[in-house]
Amino acid sequence: MTTSTLSPISPSSTIPTLSLEAETPAQRILRRFWAQPVARIATIVILFFILISGGTALLSSLHLNWPCEPNQTNLEQKLVPPSTQHWLGTDNLGRDVLSRMLHGATISLTVGLIAVVVSLGIGVIVGAIAGYFGGLTDQILMRSVDALLCFPTFFIILSVVAILGPSLVNIVLVIGLVSWTGAARLVRGEFLTLRETEYVKGARVLGQNSWHIITRHILPNAAAPILVTAIVSIPDAILTEASLSILGFGVQPPQATWGNIIADGKTYLLEAWWLILFPGLAILIATLSLYLAGDALREAAESRN
Amino acid sequence: MTSFILRRLALSVVLLFIISIISFFIVTLTPGSPYPWGDLNPKISKEVKENFRKKFHLDRPLPEQYAFIMRDLFTGNLRSIKDDRPVMSRILERFPATLSLNFTSILISLAFGTLLGVTAARYAGRWQDVFGSLTAIFFIALPGFWISYLIAILLVKEFHVPILGTQSYGIEFPNAGAAILDRLWHLLVPATVLALGGIAVQSRYLRATMIESLREDYIRTARAKGLAEEIVLYKHAFRNSVRPILAGIGMLLPAMISGSVVIETIFAYPGIGRLSYEAVLERDYPTLVAMNFFVAALILLGNLISDLLYAAVDPRIRLE
Repeated sequence: MTTSTLSPISPSSTIPTLSLEAETPAQRILRRFWAQPVARIATIVILFFILISGGTALLSSLHLNWPCEPNQTNLEQKLVPPSTQHWLGTDNLGRDVLSRMLHGATISLTVGLIAVVVSLGIGVIVGAIAGYFGGLTDQILMRSVDALLCFPTFFIILSVVAILGPSLVNIVLVIGLVSWTGAARLVRGEFLTLRETEYVKGARVLGQNSWHIITRHILPNAAAPILVTAIVSIPDAILTEASLSILGFGVQPPQATWGNIIADGKTYLLEAWWLILFPGLAILIATLSLYLAGDALREAAESRN
Repeated sequence: MTSFILRRLALSVVLLFIISIISFFIVTLTPGSPYPWGDLNPKISKEVKENFRKKFHLDRPLPEQYAFIMRDLFTGNLRSIKDDRPVMSRILERFPATLSLNFTSILISLAFGTLLGVTAARYAGRWQDVFGSLTAIFFIALPGFWISYLIAILLVKEFHVPILGTQSYGIEFPNAGAAILDRLWHLLVPATVLALGGIAVQSRYLRATMIESLREDYIRTARAKGLAEEIVLYKHAFRNSVRPILAGIGMLLPAMISGSVVIETIFAYPGIGRLSYEAVLERDYPTLVAMNFFVAALILLGNLISDLLYAAVDPRIRLE
């Protein structure tokens, strides 16, 4: 894993120097990631989404809203098709769809990101404990994971969110608390393999404690697959929130989200296609680029050249 | 074989027990009023509330409540808060619709997933392969509800074809055949939307295992015999790649049942997905607990069947 601190062209001295060609594993994965055209496009799209949602949040905190105030109703201008004045049309209350979508981007990305932080946190802890300690602990934890995998998770999310009340915090927490099983299985698998490697055995012989071995030796080497899981879990959470919105249990209006613009628009399905098409397209582009980026990163981490 | 099934069934009972406890506590421990009419409704007298609590055993401690619910579930006495009908009969009358929806959906995922996966493996590394993997990722990223609405706009507005429910209402069919075709059509649209994710997953798994099998010696032998490439692919290589497909069905099931909540609601399809959504809206606790139990049992059964099929198609596998 420590690639070439001793590179062939380094001057022969007692102190190995780092040559220019030396590449850390992380750099190697990044280089291979960036070499894929799909990965570049996906990364640029993701950065674009982060930029607009950050920009919108920043502008609205300064009370500047472009192009319109997202919750400004105008009943004379309701259900206006896309035009030069309202690029993506207006909804049934005359609110500008583009403004609402820009604000929705912030919500969707926040939901995705925080839900993944929660689920990954639990998943990594459970997986690490099960994989590192093995034995009975492993058996108990993994059988519980099996039991949880039998649940249709969306049922649980829907019922709990409905009972607790659909606030942003509740939605994010419930999605995160329910969807850690995949991460736990993956991390356990990685730990089972890495636990048997020479350098971990070496660390154990040196008398380092479990905490040190897990955080310093095993986790860094399992970072790539964990990161891949994290990236592809974000769109899962975004889609779950949007599906909740469709059923009326997503983040509640007047706060705009991509999902609830569609949910509001479905009543006007046959008159106002723009209320369905554009927010859905935004969801699709965001989820697609995240999945593609995750896939490209997996490819970069797995390939051996 | 028999001992395998028995052991799996025993394990399933244990899992179901755990699942029933988890789902009971998820429903009861979350804050919120158990009353269908809300906690602070001034029109409801104390007596009515008291009677309601008595009737659904809500005045008892939680472990006792759990015992009552499980007893009622198994004796068939568990009643819905909404309409006071037995929960199991509410679920069972909705079940055939969901069963046919998910079954059709699995068939569609298998057919198209196989086609996509085999093609990708056959042309591994070439544009067909890239196209296959992009299609798969596209299908996974595609929001099901969104594509449903777009299909609805297209079919209803442009072609004036009805798609909601299980059949067209207000139309006299000239014969039984037309009526069956109408039902099939109503099944096909939601099933296709539900199948998109499955197509993606199946094709990815199949591609990976097909590439593996295509490297084997017996494939070289088959090609050396001069067999047509289609026969080599579908008869020789595919047979040895069937296992992940069957394992995949077991894994698809929870996702499909989850997906059917949204799809059935959108297409006004009277299945258990829609029933669970209605139960959530009505805060119908007994139905929710029973639904979770029923669906979990279904998924366990699906996994068992997929394992048995696994052994049936691959004689190398012994279930012990």
